[in-house]
Amino acid sequence: MDILITGTVLGGTYALIALGLTLQYGVARIMNLANGENLVLACFCAFWLYSTASINPVLGIVLIAPGAFVLNWLIYDFAMKPLVNRAKNRGQLEVDSILATFGLMFIMQGVMLLVFGGGYYSYNFLSEPVQILGENYGLNRIVALIAAAVIALGLYVFLYRTRYGTAIRAVSVNPSSASLVAINVERASAFAFALGGALTAAAGALLSTFYTFNSSMGVIFTMKALIIVIMGGVGDVRGAVLAALLLGLTETAVASLIDPGLTLAATYTLFILVLLFRPQGIFGRQEA
Amino acid sequence: MTRLSEKELRIAVLAIVGFAAVATIPLFDDGYYLSLSVNIALYAVLCTAWTLFSGPTHYISLATAAFFGIGTYTVGLGIDVLPFPVLLVIAAIASGLLAGLVGVATLRLSGVYFVIFTLGLAELVRQVVTWLQTNFTNGVGLYVFTDMGEKHIFWMLLALAAVVYVTGWLINRSRLGFAMRIIGNDELVARHVGIDVARAKVILFVVSGAFIGVTGAILAPRFAYVEPPSAFNPVISFQVVIMALLGGTGRLWAPLLGVIPFTILFDQISSRFPNHTSLLIGVAFMAIVYFLPRGVSGLIEDLRKVRGDFGSAAKAKEAVR
Repeated sequence: MDILITGTVLGGTYALIALGLTLQYGVARIMNLANGENLVLACFCAFWLYSTASINPVLGIVLIAPGAFVLNWLIYDFAMKPLVNRAKNRGQLEVDSILATFGLMFIMQGVMLLVFGGGYYSYNFLSEPVQILGENYGLNRIVALIAAAVIALGLYVFLYRTRYGTAIRAVSVNPSSASLVAINVERASAFAFALGGALTAAAGALLSTFYTFNSSMGVIFTMKALIIVIMGGVGDVRGAVLAALLLGLTETAVASLIDPGLTLAATYTLFILVLLFRPQGIFGRQEA
Repeated sequence: MTRLSEKELRIAVLAIVGFAAVATIPLFDDGYYLSLSVNIALYAVLCTAWTLFSGPTHYISLATAAFFGIGTYTVGLGIDVLPFPVLLVIAAIASGLLAGLVGVATLRLSGVYFVIFTLGLAELVRQVVTWLQTNFTNGVGLYVFTDMGEKHIFWMLLALAAVVYVTGWLINRSRLGFAMRIIGNDELVARHVGIDVARAKVILFVVSGAFIGVTGAILAPRFAYVEPPSAFNPVISFQVVIMALLGGTGRLWAPLLGVIPFTILFDQISSRFPNHTSLLIGVAFMAIVYFLPRGVSGLIEDLRKVRGDFGSAAKAKEAVR
């Protein structure tokens, strides 16, 4: 039971990061390896807001997510668009964007190391226990899980029930056909990239309430998010959420039953299984 | 195998003379410059081995640190039991095996899967090694005591570099190399003319991984104390990618053009501003992607082409007159 709840909370946060990444990769076609740094930056912002202005981190999302939206829009406009325009095919854009976002990742990491140092940070927010089915859990984790669920649900409604959301999904299926039906592909890509960044930042703010973070942990989260995206199928919201929960539960189970040092091995085992048996993702369809 | 052409013979003679000249470095200095030379030789081998696979396939491998660490660990575990040359062979086999497994799992799919998989590979191996050591042996660290100094390491690296260059040259002449060039230009065409694309990629990845493993093994005596975080340091993977891309991946010798300047630059930055190294790596990545997408060697070729065009244009003018 303990594993179930802790795993779900972890999975909920993973889900938000992975949703951010799947939007960026599925729609804007940018494999953003700096997304984990985005997350860590949001952790630090939430920490800073809470410790200097005592702004509740969950409400802080209202400030942090739009900030991340603007930042990521600028990143897309200045750094990614030249690559998109230069690339002759999708493969080249993939290689170029991977290398460029590696650069971005190291730059963001370097700046955070200079500003915050390499130490570990955490703060106390709602750390009183609540009882669920006779066992104690930190209230902050439960709040984070609920907030993550609300945000993910909001995204789902936006993508599947609104006009612009449908347009974004159309771009993710086929950019050149989307432009034939009068969708501004360039703007939709930029929007999806920025929205993905905002989602990740929201995940970061939630994560910071119960997780000890430092400047250089971003890449681990990027990697896990990438694995979730692949497991769920690129651009697939339901798949990403399911894969994230699966990964969160597996990791927690391995950490508490076998050894906390083997979480990554568990992640990789899942990853290899998916690659061998369903490389198109859990819900993905076979490509023609 | 056909006989060597005159041009190839000339290059071979030049290369041998060059190697011989470089091999005398330890006779002149055994302090800073020797250790810098060891670093340059180290990255030259790593980057060239990396380029063997990633050059023609355009797959960005970040597994360097994993293979390197396996090599280092092989020596750390076996130095008291087995002679050093045997350990080098074991290191090659072990990292080649890992490369084979990773290759079989990921190289049938598109490049993104491969990048993601290799991104965490070093960390994964590190976790597993740490776990095995803490649970089944006493203590995490290993001592490597040998009577090998910097100069011996340097000479071994040079010899390995020679082997890598010859192997790369032989691959280029072989059916495999020809197949790789076709795959690199257009994978669909390669499939249609009957090349087993996945098999060719896996073979090349194994060769590249094995060389990187041996490099790690050779470097082990330099570390003296081997533990998982230092042996599987992921920064190596990124440095190798930057240097190789900076030099260019189209030619066998091209990575060298990136290795020499970047190693010196990195050495200077990390000794003077140790907190700025990740910034440097980041800026270098961005600069290469935006300004030097084909590396220094690509730039040289472009310049040559421009000059060649001017030259032929001038000649044409003369002819008209």
